Amino acid sequence: MNPRFYPLAATIAIFVAAYAVCYAQFPYMLSTRVAGNLLTDNAYLGIVAVGMTVVILSGGIDLSVGSVIAFSGVFVAVMLRDSGLHPLAVFALLLLITTAFGAAMGAIIHVLAMPAFIVTLAGMFLARGAAYMLTIDSVPIAHPFYDLMQDAYWLMPGKGRLTLIGVLMLLSVLGGALVAHRTRFGASVFALGGGEQTARLMGVRVGRTTVGIYAFSGFMAGLSGLVFSVYTGSGYPLATVGTELTAIAAVVIGGTLLTGGAGYVLGTLFGVLTMGLIQTYIVFDGSLSSWWTKIVIGLLLLLFILLQKGLLRLTSARLSGAGTGAGSAARAG
Amino acid sequence: MMPRTLSRILPQALTLLAVVALVSAVFPGFLDVDLVNGRLVGPAVDVVKRGAPVALLAVGMTLVIATRGIDLSVGTVMAITGAVAAWTIGAGWGWGGAVALALAAGLAAGLWNGCLVAVIGIQPIVATLILMTAGRGIAQLITEGRILTFNDAAFAWFGSGSLLGVPVPAVLWLLTAILVAQLMRRTALGLLVEAVGINRRASALAGVNARVLLIAVYMASGLCAALAGIVATADIRGADANNAGLWLELDAILAVVIGGNSLMGGRFSVAASVLGALIIQTIDTGILLAGFPSEYNLVIKAALVLVILVLQSPNLGAHWHFLRSQMRRRAEPAPAASPQGPGAQPRTTPAEEARR
Repeated sequence: MNPRFYPLAATIAIFVAAYAVCYAQFPYMLSTRVAGNLLTDNAYLGIVAVGMTVVILSGGIDLSVGSVIAFSGVFVAVMLRDSGLHPLAVFALLLLITTAFGAAMGAIIHVLAMPAFIVTLAGMFLARGAAYMLTIDSVPIAHPFYDLMQDAYWLMPGKGRLTLIGVLMLLSVLGGALVAHRTRFGASVFALGGGEQTARLMGVRVGRTTVGIYAFSGFMAGLSGLVFSVYTGSGYPLATVGTELTAIAAVVIGGTLLTGGAGYVLGTLFGVLTMGLIQTYIVFDGSLSSWWTKIVIGLLLLLFILLQKGLLRLTSARLSGAGTGAGSAARAG
Repeated sequence: MMPRTLSRILPQALTLLAVVALVSAVFPGFLDVDLVNGRLVGPAVDVVKRGAPVALLAVGMTLVIATRGIDLSVGTVMAITGAVAAWTIGAGWGWGGAVALALAAGLAAGLWNGCLVAVIGIQPIVATLILMTAGRGIAQLITEGRILTFNDAAFAWFGSGSLLGVPVPAVLWLLTAILVAQLMRRTALGLLVEAVGINRRASALAGVNARVLLIAVYMASGLCAALAGIVATADIRGADANNAGLWLELDAILAVVIGGNSLMGGRFSVAASVLGALIIQTIDTGILLAGFPSEYNLVIKAALVLVILVLQSPNLGAHWHFLRSQMRRRAEPAPAASPQGPGAQPRTTPAEEARR
């Protein structure tokens, strides 16, 4: 097998192994109900992690997504309460806003040559602050269209529910994978992650790509916010604090290199599911305290980073002199 | 030496003055200081006191960032050290034991981070993300998910006491900043830290023990975080594993960046970082004092931060240097350098690379 598939294979193997351990202890874990809930409960995280994957593939980082999710929920809730617009129109408006917000951050990063870390940190404050300005309360969403979306599911054999938002996450992963691995834009992203100077020499339009990357992340964060509002049925400005770091952790567990230039969107899906699985296990167990989630996720992070470190050494030894092969991973979807 | 330090921190000092003037204009009593029961009180004193955790974190963060690293775990380390201190007092070891154990915990956290970065060679942002994620779980493990409260007047002194009228937290961060700055500038240590930050390989070839130096820098950051954790825990007389130091690492990084230190490592100024922390706290307190509805806080903060960052942007900086060199050239027409247009300035690649 090609060494660059190792991280992805390791991620999937660990997920399967973890599921097997859970199954051995609680046979009911392998039911469509648990699987369906795993998808539904992690839908918003999965969607935002897809955007984060693209950002990280380019060697950047987007700390604003957690706040953007909260802003999206509040925006939708307030708009539906105060205006007579149809939810779909509100959705379109919201996605426009978050995409423009992401694009603006990308433009600042490129034009002012400032680190993405700091620019998106300011964006994080701004989005959270905008959510506060709309409301400081939790606003319930009561709209027939929302009831329709919340009740939209396909009853799988075994009475598991494959919900609309779960499907939306899977579609986002598919869409993200196509964008990252099958388009010119995706190739530019990988090139940028491999090295900006090289990318520039290759003819990548750095500015345009940077704006596109953060716009994509903003769009995904907005979509994730919509899903979150369907999931919780409300908008709350204090929601999803720290989701950006959970998303980054999911991307890393998913086998994407944080330095950029190598990784798979599909891996991120398994990263998200692995983290969801740990939480499900703790719920099933019932006696473990919630803080074990954090410790186990921290250990998993460490494990994956060490694994990647070893693999990278292996790969560079095999390709000695021929470069790390990071850039060529772009087309190897 | 002194004038150079002054000119280095001039932009931050001016920014702080501007922010203070802005706040004073909206809230005229901002700079009033009274002596009540032998301690100084007033909004400005409050800023100096409340800014202590971020200022302490910023001191350690400055060193880490100077080595081209970043320490995301400091907020979590605050929670851990707070939990350790509260647990120690609960176990009856007194304030001395609490402080000693908390500092030891901070050093241990720094050692862990430092080893991941310097020995295993993990990127700092990921290496410290591990402790950031797992650390809060560890803190909750120590407090068993509760808020550990305690009643120890001697330990609470670190958070709410005063020394010669000045709040103890303020004294602590001032002393720490002065101590670290002197240690860095009176010895070659600061130079070595900068050398590692600019080019680790080159400095290692030149005989700098980069590995030990990096571990020491992360341990210093852990120590500063432990101090901040002690102050925060003593202030509320309880250890809250969930909320202690939450997101303070971001404020600390912001303070360092507002202090004009590059995230790409190299030249650093502890004084400027501490001024950055004061700027952030003045903005925070000022917004509240000025009577804005609290929901406007974050937006105003974000806007001010953006303005400050844009003013300090490397690209603008390049233009500014160009203008200044032009003026200098006009004053003394000796140098042979040929005039360049601003467009001919090389794009500041280090800053662009900072994205990764």
